[in-house]
Amino acid sequence: MLLKYILKRILLMVPTLLVTSALIFTVINLPEGDYFETLAAEMQAQGEKADLSRIEFLKTEYGFDKPPIERYFHWVTGLMRGDMGYSFEYQRPVSEIVGDRLLLTMIVSFVTIIFTWVVAFPIGIYSATHQYSWGDYGLTFLGLIGLAVPHFLLALVFMYFANVWFGTSIGGLVDPQYLNQPMSWAKLRSVLEHLWIPVIIIGAGGTAGMIRSVRANLLDELQKQYYVTARAKGLPPGKALRKYPLRMSLNFFISDIGDILPSIVSGAEIVAIVLSLQTTGPLLIRALQAQDMYLAGSFLMFLSFLTVIGVLISDIALAILDPRIRLQGAATK
Amino acid sequence: MKPALPPDGAPLLHTASTAPFEPYAVERMTPEQERVYLASQWQLMWWKFRKHRLAVISGVFIILMYLTVIFAEFLAPYHYTTRNTDFIRAPRQEVHLFHEGRFLGPFVYPYTQRLNMENLKREYDIDRSRPQPIRFFCRGDDYDFWRLVPGNLHLVCPPKDGTLFLLGTDRLGRDMLSRIIYGGRISLSIGLLGVGVSFILGVIIGGIAGYYGGKIDLFIQRVIEIVQSLPHIPLWLALASIMPPSWSPLLVYFGITMILGLMDWTGLARAVRSKLLSLREEDYVVAAQLMGAKPARIIGLHLVPGFMSHLIASATITVPKTILGETALSFLGLGLRPPITSWGVMLNEAQNVNVVALYPWLLYPVVPVILIILAFNFLGDGLRDAADPYR
Repeated sequence: MLLKYILKRILLMVPTLLVTSALIFTVINLPEGDYFETLAAEMQAQGEKADLSRIEFLKTEYGFDKPPIERYFHWVTGLMRGDMGYSFEYQRPVSEIVGDRLLLTMIVSFVTIIFTWVVAFPIGIYSATHQYSWGDYGLTFLGLIGLAVPHFLLALVFMYFANVWFGTSIGGLVDPQYLNQPMSWAKLRSVLEHLWIPVIIIGAGGTAGMIRSVRANLLDELQKQYYVTARAKGLPPGKALRKYPLRMSLNFFISDIGDILPSIVSGAEIVAIVLSLQTTGPLLIRALQAQDMYLAGSFLMFLSFLTVIGVLISDIALAILDPRIRLQGAATK
Repeated sequence: MKPALPPDGAPLLHTASTAPFEPYAVERMTPEQERVYLASQWQLMWWKFRKHRLAVISGVFIILMYLTVIFAEFLAPYHYTTRNTDFIRAPRQEVHLFHEGRFLGPFVYPYTQRLNMENLKREYDIDRSRPQPIRFFCRGDDYDFWRLVPGNLHLVCPPKDGTLFLLGTDRLGRDMLSRIIYGGRISLSIGLLGVGVSFILGVIIGGIAGYYGGKIDLFIQRVIEIVQSLPHIPLWLALASIMPPSWSPLLVYFGITMILGLMDWTGLARAVRSKLLSLREEDYVVAAQLMGAKPARIIGLHLVPGFMSHLIASATITVPKTILGETALSFLGLGLRPPITSWGVMLNEAQNVNVVALYPWLLYPVVPVILIILAFNFLGDGLRDAADPYR
C-alpha cells in the first residue's frame, strides 16, 4: 500500500517536471533575439567587424537554426542525461560552472530546513502549552517580525550591524582561499563557519510561520477529549503531551515543509545575492540578464527540481506517519 | 390549601389572565439579542472585527498610509526629483521646539557642508545659533497633482533659504522623506493592483474547477500544484528580465503588476474551489440551474457573493506578498527602474554595505515596508476571524 502510494507520487512528479520545463523554456526564449544577436550587436558597437561566419557557425552548432520545439527536446533529453547544456558567456559546459554552486545551494537549503525544524518545534510547543503567558506573547511577536521582514532586508540589516559592531563583513560562504578549490574537509569546515548567518536569515520567515501553525494546531489538540481523558486518568502532563497531541501535530509539521520549501529556495536566491554567497543566485541573475539561456534555464530547472523533490519527500514522510493519507488516495479511485 | 369553592350558584373564579395573548412571551429576546438576530452578515462581521484591537489599529494605519500616498504631492516637503546639489548625502535634520529655553514652535537648525580633504567625505556641521522655523501651508516646489492639476501648495516647506531633510538626502541630494512618500504611491498601488489580477484569476479558475468538478477540477488542481511548487522569486526574476528595456516606465509598471499577479492566484483559486464544491449542491443552485441560468451567472451572482468575505480576507493576506515581490525585484534591479520611484528602487541604492555603513539613512525605506506588511498581516488575521461571524 505504502509502496504503491510512493510509486504513484513519483509518477505524478514526471508530468509536473515536464510542464515546468516547458514553462521555463518558453520564458527563457520569450525575449526578442538571442545571445548571438546580442553578441553581434556588442561586437559591432565596439567597432569590431562582426565575424558573421563564426556566429553562423555557433548558431548551427547549438541548433539555433532549428525550430524551438526541436531545441526544447534537445534540451530536455540532455537534462535527463545530466547534460545541462553549454554556457555561451563562459564558453564552458554549464555543469562545469555550476557544479559546486548547486552543491552549496543544496547544503544551504537543507541546513535551513533542519534549522527551521529544530527551532520552530520546541518554541511552538512551549507557546501552546504556556498559552497567554509572557513567553508566549514574546515568542509570538518575534515570530511575527520574522514573518514580516523580507529575507533580503534582514540580510541587509544584518550586514549593516555586523559592519557597525564588529567591523567585519559577513558576506560570502567560504573563505576566499577556498573559492576555486574542489570540495575538501577544510573547505567544508569553512563553509560551516559561514553558513549560520544565511541560514538564520533565510530560515526566519519559515520558522515564524511554522511556530504559528504548530502552536495553533497543538492548541486545537489540547482541547480534545482524548487529551482531557488522559489527563483525568492521572497521566503526568509531559507524558500525556508526548504520547498523544504531539504526534498529531507532528503530522502537520511534516506536510508544512512542502509548503515552505519553495519560499526557502526563493529566499536563498535573493539572500545569496545580497550576501554575495557562492550559490546559484548571483549567477542566475547574470545569466538572465545576458540571455545565456542554457545556463539560466538549467538553473531554474534545477531549483524547481529541488522543490519538487522536497515536496515529494515530505509527502512520503507524511504517508508513513499517517495511514489515513495513503488510504484516502486509494479510496477515491 | 385549596381555595374555598364559591357558594352554589355563584360563577366559578376566573383563572385565565386578561392580558392580551403574547405568543413569544417565553422566548422573548432582549433588544440587544434582537439586534444581533436581525443584523446583516456584513454588520456581524463589523462587530466581530471591531473587537480585534490590533486589526482595527492596523486598518486605520493602512488607510492613513493610502491617504498619504494619494496626497503625496501636497504632503511631501519637496518634489521627488528635486536635487539639492549642495546637500549630497546629508544626514537627517531634527525638529526642535525650544531654542535656548525659549519656545519657538517647530524649527530646524541649518547645516553647512564641508569637504574633508583627507578622505574626501562630505561632513555636515550643525549651526546651533540660527534656528529656522518650518513653514506650514506654503508655496514650495511646483508639481502636477496626479499629473493633472499644477500646483505648488505644500503642507510643510523648508524654512526660507534653508533646508528640511527630516530623513536625510540620497546620492543626488534628493530628500529621502519626500521620496519615501512618493515611492509609497508605486509600492502600495502595485500591491493592490497585483492582488486584483490574482483575485480575478483565482475566482475564475477556482470557480470553474469547483463548479464543474470531475476531470476539469483534476486538471486545474494539477496546474495549481505545479505553479505552487515553483520557486517564485527565481521565476519572477526570469519573467522580469524578459521585459524589453525599451519599454516606457509605465509599461514596465503594468508588466511587473501582471507578473506578480500571475503567480499568486493559486491560494485564492484553492479557497474558491473548496467552497464551491460544497456550495454547488445547495438547493438554490439547483433552482437557478432549472431556471436556465448559465454557469457564469450562477458562479458570479449566486455562489461567489456567498463567501465574498472569506475571499476578501484571503486577498488581504496576499497584498504584503505582492508588495514584497515588487520590492525584491526592484531591489535587485530587475523590477521598476528610475525615474519611477518605489521603495524597492530606493533600496537598490542601499545594496552596497559600505555605502549603508556610511549613510545609514539610506535604509529608511525598510521601515514603511515592514510596517505596511505587519499591518496587512494583522488586518488579514482580523478579517479572517470576522469573516466567520457565527463562530
